[in-house]
Amino acid sequence: MSEVKYLTEFYHLPEFKGLEGYKKNGGYVQLAKALKMQPQAIIDEVKASGLRGRGGAGFPTGMKWGFLPKNDEPRYLLCNADEGEPGTFKDRMMMEKAPHQLVEGMIISAFAINCKKSYIYVRGEYDDSINALEAAIQEAYKAGYLGKNILGSGFDHDMDVYRGAGAYICGEETGMISSLEGLKGQPKLKPPFPAVQGYLKKPTIVNNVETLAAVKYIMRDGAAGYRKYGTEKSAGSKLFSLSGNVNKPGNYEVPLGYPLKDMINGLGGGIKNGRKLKAVIPGGSSAPVLTAEEALNANLDYENLAAAGTMLGSGAIIVIDDSKCMVECLANLTHFYHHESCGQCTPCREGTGWADKIVHSILSGKGRLQDIELLVKVADNMKGRTICALSDAAALPIISFVTKFRDEFEYFVREGKSKVKGTAYKGHAYAATASH
Amino acid sequence: MFQLSPQGKEKVLAELKRYESRQSAVLPALYIAQAENKGYISPEVIKELSRVMELPEANINEVCTFYTMYNKEPIGNHHVQVCRTLSCMLNGAKELSEHICSQLGTHLGQKTKDGKFTVTEVECLGSCGTAPMMQIGDKYYENLTHESAMNIIRSLK
Ligand SMILES: Cc1cc2nc3c(=O)[nH]c(=O)nc-3n(C[C@H](O)[C@H](O)[C@H](O)COP(=O)(O)O)c2cc1C
Ligand code: SF4
Ligand code: FES
Repeated sequence: MSEVKYLTEFYHLPEFKGLEGYKKNGGYVQLAKALKMQPQAIIDEVKASGLRGRGGAGFPTGMKWGFLPKNDEPRYLLCNADEGEPGTFKDRMMMEKAPHQLVEGMIISAFAINCKKSYIYVRGEYDDSINALEAAIQEAYKAGYLGKNILGSGFDHDMDVYRGAGAYICGEETGMISSLEGLKGQPKLKPPFPAVQGYLKKPTIVNNVETLAAVKYIMRDGAAGYRKYGTEKSAGSKLFSLSGNVNKPGNYEVPLGYPLKDMINGLGGGIKNGRKLKAVIPGGSSAPVLTAEEALNANLDYENLAAAGTMLGSGAIIVIDDSKCMVECLANLTHFYHHESCGQCTPCREGTGWADKIVHSILSGKGRLQDIELLVKVADNMKGRTICALSDAAALPIISFVTKFRDEFEYFVREGKSKVKGTAYKGHAYAATASH
Repeated sequence: MFQLSPQGKEKVLAELKRYESRQSAVLPALYIAQAENKGYISPEVIKELSRVMELPEANINEVCTFYTMYNKEPIGNHHVQVCRTLSCMLNGAKELSEHICSQLGTHLGQKTKDGKFTVTEVECLGSCGTAPMMQIGDKYYENLTHESAMNIIRSLK
């Protein structure tokens, strides 16, 4: 099976970034079409398309939009461009290469949900994305695609960019809303869900960059046309960010249901330096890890990866070769989650801290056999008891690493050194580090 | 005492009007002030923003401390941020940051003696397909080797 160029059809054209080039290649035609439709008909089309959120949770987009109150209360559309899930770099490419595609998808979505103001929350480090979006928004205002009475339809819409400031937790939708309000990016308890009470306590729809860009294509091809790619439960194509120990890392767009094996060995050009595949994290660092054998039998869709005990997540595929130490890989992730926990909930704050300490103690050659059990117990206690899903996202990799690569953890404890590398770890990267 | 330049002040006042709520201007205002204070936020900066924005110091301070992109201490002229997260680690990020530190004769988080550089390790910057990578200022440098990274760093004034 091969790649598809659906969302990414014109990404090779530098001109696609600007308004002229974008229009030459079909830009803003779908907006004009949508503005002549009944908003509810657009929502119905998105529902029928089977589009699921591309940010991580895979929630059906049309259904989410349906949760908005049915009155005229002001509401917001918030595009999640925080892209902090380790391994993910697809949204950055979309914003840098095709900012108008996102802007058009957002105006159509905003019209469908009767929303007059939208924000794109971009992670602070993405300078090029922010510049591209600000330029595109300016062009769209000048051309009458944003502002008052868009294309004579009577629909008004304003759009702006908001720059984050370095915090993974702001990718979580309620954390993002807190941050957009100018506060610490701390998540809030749900319910109420953002669709009912979000930014400034008004109904707010939060969707990922790729989700909102896809809406334009559902307008163009209709729900049935959109379903040309993908499976019944995982409709459409999706961008995957492939990284780690492969020969050709990068973003690849494939139909959902695409074999993971073909992604790694075909598009990815196989494992680097003639090594063998050891493990794959298929959906961003929060997704449970797969062994090589599991990975080679998995397909990239929501239902297949769920059946394999993991998840599609953000579509970030991290490939690990057989020269890498799984204890060291896990330590890298526990450090990340400990650093990124916002600290509001005890199980998350304490759990990520303990887990990180235990894994690093094993890594330094000072672990005890009971630490392995303790690690799993700590992770178990982090699940399902917190305000947001970061705690679960931190627990799942721990449990899967320890369960599936237990021999490496036991060897490390017994011998005081890595089974793969033959050494314990010192050096600055493993010194205790502070977190907020 | 720190004072915003007239242009800086104007920018902050514009941000206050830009969003539906005045508090939303705190993040952008901290960026504006940081750029005018050699790249970091001191207690003086918070005081000045509080005056200009007519918001309590505590509101601004707690936001400042929450986010990693606001530096709380003076840093070198160039902030070299090496990504340490998994995809970069799998491609030698740890060895890279150790190499940079030893070449510059410094440790993570510590300014070099000439004040030119501070090297830190940061979490995933969304550039994992071109690992290992670093960010200096606003710019990403990707697919690094030890040599190319040092050439880039040495070329900075
Ligand atoms: C800890 C955490 C981090 C998240 N980071 C992101 C992110 O960087 N980008 C994103 O689109 N969604 C992220 N999400 C998911 C969002 O909360 C939300 O589900 C998503 O933006 C909804 O958009 P979608 O339905 O289009 O996927 C994160 C969730 C959690 C719990
Ligand atoms: S689960 Fe963790 S990150 Fe989420 S709100 Fe609680 S402490 Fe913060
Ligand atoms: S892991 Fe380094 S940029 Fe993502």
